[in-house]
Amino acid sequence: MSSPLRGDGGAELLFNGVKKHPVTLPSQSEPWDMKQLLVWIQRNLLKERPELFVQGDSVRPGILVLINDADWELMGELDYQLQDQDNVVFISTLHGG
Amino acid sequence: MAALLLFISVSKKCVKCKEAPAALVIRAGDAYCRLCFKDFFVHKFKAVLGKNRIIFPGEKVLLAVSGGPSSCSMLRQVQEGLSQKANKKLRFVPGIAYIDEGAAIGQSVEERQRTVAELQAVFQATGFPFYILPLEQVLDLPASVVATNPSPSEQPASAYKAAVGHFVETDGSNNFPTPQEPKKMLLPHVQESHTLQQLLGSVKTLTAREELLNTLRQHLLVHTARTEGYSKLMLGDSCTRLAVKLLTSISLGRGAQLAQDTGFSDSRYGDIILVRPMRDYSAKEIAYYNHLFTVPSVVIPSVDTKTVDKASIQRLTESFVTKLQADFPSTVSTIYRLQLHTCFMHISTLNILGTCVLQVFSASCPSLTVKPSTCVTQDQREAAECMYEMVRSRALRPMSAVSVQPGYCCG
Repeated sequence: MSSPLRGDGGAELLFNGVKKHPVTLPSQSEPWDMKQLLVWIQRNLLKERPELFVQGDSVRPGILVLINDADWELMGELDYQLQDQDNVVFISTLHGG
Repeated sequence: MAALLLFISVSKKCVKCKEAPAALVIRAGDAYCRLCFKDFFVHKFKAVLGKNRIIFPGEKVLLAVSGGPSSCSMLRQVQEGLSQKANKKLRFVPGIAYIDEGAAIGQSVEERQRTVAELQAVFQATGFPFYILPLEQVLDLPASVVATNPSPSEQPASAYKAAVGHFVETDGSNNFPTPQEPKKMLLPHVQESHTLQQLLGSVKTLTAREELLNTLRQHLLVHTARTEGYSKLMLGDSCTRLAVKLLTSISLGRGAQLAQDTGFSDSRYGDIILVRPMRDYSAKEIAYYNHLFTVPSVVIPSVDTKTVDKASIQRLTESFVTKLQADFPSTVSTIYRLQLHTCFMHISTLNILGTCVLQVFSASCPSLTVKPSTCVTQDQREAAECMYEMVRSRALRPMSAVSVQPGYCCG
């Protein structure tokens, strides 16, 4: 399953300054949800300081998540099940990124 | 089962038009679709300027743009406002100022020039005159920059109406300078001066360094506005930013300046009035607007980028506010409204409050450990906890009980 990921507003600084990440997630029997995606990002993409991106199960407060240009609060947040070609954006609203 | 499904699909419609699917949640429960959100956002900017009646038609206004999301969004709002039809049009003459702070964070000349070039492209696209100012310039400013110049004679409330009327009659064409050629700005020559680095290096804590940078930045902006003949300076502080700034200011003992530091307008310089038109927008609204309507912004690391929560008082306050905001969505607007109360508090009360607020912040973030400071008495601690409770309990109260919907209460 593949979906493009994007970091903005300074969030990309934790990913080597790269904004766009087209990713292909390994297939698994159950569909991927956001919770698993965050764990996967942390293991595979995050270059430094994981505590500045994730806290507990979720993203750090102050980082917004958009799934296909819509607020993830409308999509069930961590329980949202990812579809093929979903577009996920992380935007940091914290000062200095 | 069918009824249940229907209910779910209805609940995801926009609260405004009730037709289009919702794209984002602004405040608890208020989901907007893309287009209604755009109208709401654009309207709010004009409403806040219309309500405050501070910027007169034909006046020169300097926009302080840092390249961050909030100030870039402000720039877009001004552009939108100036291109509207007559009755809704913004009627001032804008210019842009950007301060290149590369030296403060130890960037190389090449890095700084790359950032400047990126921003220059954004500014050139607007067609407004712009000024790119290396922060080093602040060291050469005359001391008079901090002085309060006499403000032009107080204008009565009716003057604004008369000015607008006159402007509309003359069709605005006389007052407006013809769209001028954007000022040709070469990349300013950045001298390899170490004075600024030395100054910042001599400051031991990140808290003080951020404060110092703030002050230097403000002086340079005010000076530029004065020398270039602007009478208003627009800053892009968002509501979230101001909530953090307010609690930070209390903690730093800047209580006496609180009203001017965080209010809509700041007249401490007399002839130059600072205006904060973005103070009704939360950081979330701005981030969504910029993303959905592709407002370009440039990420420039600052002194507190990638630092931990406890690195500075500013950072600690920010993490306190954003964490509380995650659980209680009206935290920011509550703190922001606290400003009205704090204006009437005595300075000594504010200063005591500052020490206590800091302690409470630290205590409320489970990930932080803090040594109890000896200067705080039981009474002061209780006072601060009271304030914390006040913020929390207000944050819990439903929005409608606390405020009127901003942006829709004025013509």
